[in-house]
Amino acid sequence: MLGNLVRSFYIAKKDLKEYYLKPGTMSWGVVFPIAFTLAFLIRRGGIAAWLAPGLISMAIFFSSTSMSAVSIVFERKVGSFERLLLFPVSYTCIALGKSLSSFLFGILSSLTTVIIAYMIVPVMPSNLLLFILCIILATFHSSTFGVLLAFLVKDPSQTMTIFNIIRFPMIFLSGIIIPLNSLPLPAKIASIFLPLTYSTEAIRYSYLGTYDFIPPVLSLCITLLSGLAFLLITSVLIEKSIP
Amino acid sequence: MSQCAIEVKGLTKRYGLLVAVDHINFCVRDGEIFGFLGPNGAGKTTTVRMLCGLTRITEGKAYIYGHDVVGEHMFVKSLIGVVPDISNLYYELSCWDNLLFMGEMHGLSKSERIRRAEELLKLFGLWSRRNVLFKNLSKGLKRRLTIAAALMHNPKVLFLDEPTIGLDVMGKRVIWRIVRELNSRGITIFLTTHNIYEAFRLCSRVAIINHGKIVALDTPARLKKLISAEEVLEIEFYPSNPPVNELKRIKGIVDVRYSGSTVRLVVSDPLKALEGLIRYARMNGYSLNMVSLRSADAEEVFINIVGGYSAG
Repeated sequence: MLGNLVRSFYIAKKDLKEYYLKPGTMSWGVVFPIAFTLAFLIRRGGIAAWLAPGLISMAIFFSSTSMSAVSIVFERKVGSFERLLLFPVSYTCIALGKSLSSFLFGILSSLTTVIIAYMIVPVMPSNLLLFILCIILATFHSSTFGVLLAFLVKDPSQTMTIFNIIRFPMIFLSGIIIPLNSLPLPAKIASIFLPLTYSTEAIRYSYLGTYDFIPPVLSLCITLLSGLAFLLITSVLIEKSIP
Repeated sequence: MSQCAIEVKGLTKRYGLLVAVDHINFCVRDGEIFGFLGPNGAGKTTTVRMLCGLTRITEGKAYIYGHDVVGEHMFVKSLIGVVPDISNLYYELSCWDNLLFMGEMHGLSKSERIRRAEELLKLFGLWSRRNVLFKNLSKGLKRRLTIAAALMHNPKVLFLDEPTIGLDVMGKRVIWRIVRELNSRGITIFLTTHNIYEAFRLCSRVAIINHGKIVALDTPARLKKLISAEEVLEIEFYPSNPPVNELKRIKGIVDVRYSGSTVRLVVSDPLKALEGLIRYARMNGYSLNMVSLRSADAEEVFINIVGGYSAG
């Protein structure tokens, strides 16, 4: 067990070395969230405090998922992903390693957004420890989601397109920039099925002490459980990918 | 009889209705270089992938030093090193970092990883390029590093899938030298190739596979003796080479092939064939510029055994 965890860490370390400076990772994982955050916080004045946690959630989501999109796609294209299947490690270890590199990248990237948000909206999180826990869980959850999505994409050349088709609607339906309570009913129902909704609600509660309609305990539990589920589904997909 | 390093019983792979590997059986002895030779699409790579756990086995069993490749796949992966047909190491990592990563994933200690990486880079002539990114290496050097990477954890069996594909003559010779040296250190080598000369030159035994079935398995010398009744007459006619169908009518001639200006005649009875050829040449105004008689070479053995056409 410990051996597998250590090897997951080695996979993550290797991925960070290889892919953190790739254009796709930097542009969608760092530049876009920062630009988006600045645009919204500077423009929105009075509701900036309400927007800040949503934008932090969005930054985590984009940075965590971008890393896996680049690394897994590239490795499958050049054939080096199969190398991982030749090592004496479990498929879960491989899934965890891939998620861990996205997680570490997501944490680093989200810190930038947190700092920018604090500079524009100098409001401390109402519960700092809970806020840190939510950041960690949200990043884990987004990382495993991104890895799963990368494995589901059949044509590697279409990965970024597919990722953005899924990610962008989530921005508008998960409570990041539009309050969930002001969404029309069909959109509200749709938001319940989006994983990003729960991490956004959790971060907002830890930051402002309020939530839209998902209680914090529920949003935290679902964030954690869905993150674990994504990880396990990915390990099953890796096994099933063997012809 | 030495222990089987690799033992395969009734190994089969089906993709729907297509049978890629059809109930093959063989035993690779401990310490030998075993060749797996066949045309494109014969089932060579599929066989290797099943043994390494990259492709599921439809039917049959395979063992590496007695360990089931399916039931004990994690342990088997610690016994084997695999060099796929494409050099698929990590492009953005240096030679040094690629080897260290291999060591990390096989559970080597830090000191062991460093020692082993240095040893292998020097053995493969890559020490001066240890900080060069993999993507910036030439094809031949990429191949060398890929072999080195497969050896980081001191495997007992090394699978080489088309190790010299795409390399020039010098590059091939370097790889052949490395293969012999590794084998002299006790590593069992399973080599797949469609290069007949490579298989016959390097391997102690060769299995020839075609359409997913093993059609012959023996030492190169005995495989040549399989068609030892037939020898090859190489002749150059003057002023030009006669038509194939006329030469085929001559008694003692089994097959006729043109190779540049030389006619290669596979003959069952060299003397009878020569008498017939001389008579034919005199009657039709030809003269014989060059005549040489030799036993069948590797290519002729192979074509004879697989029937002269590729699979699929």
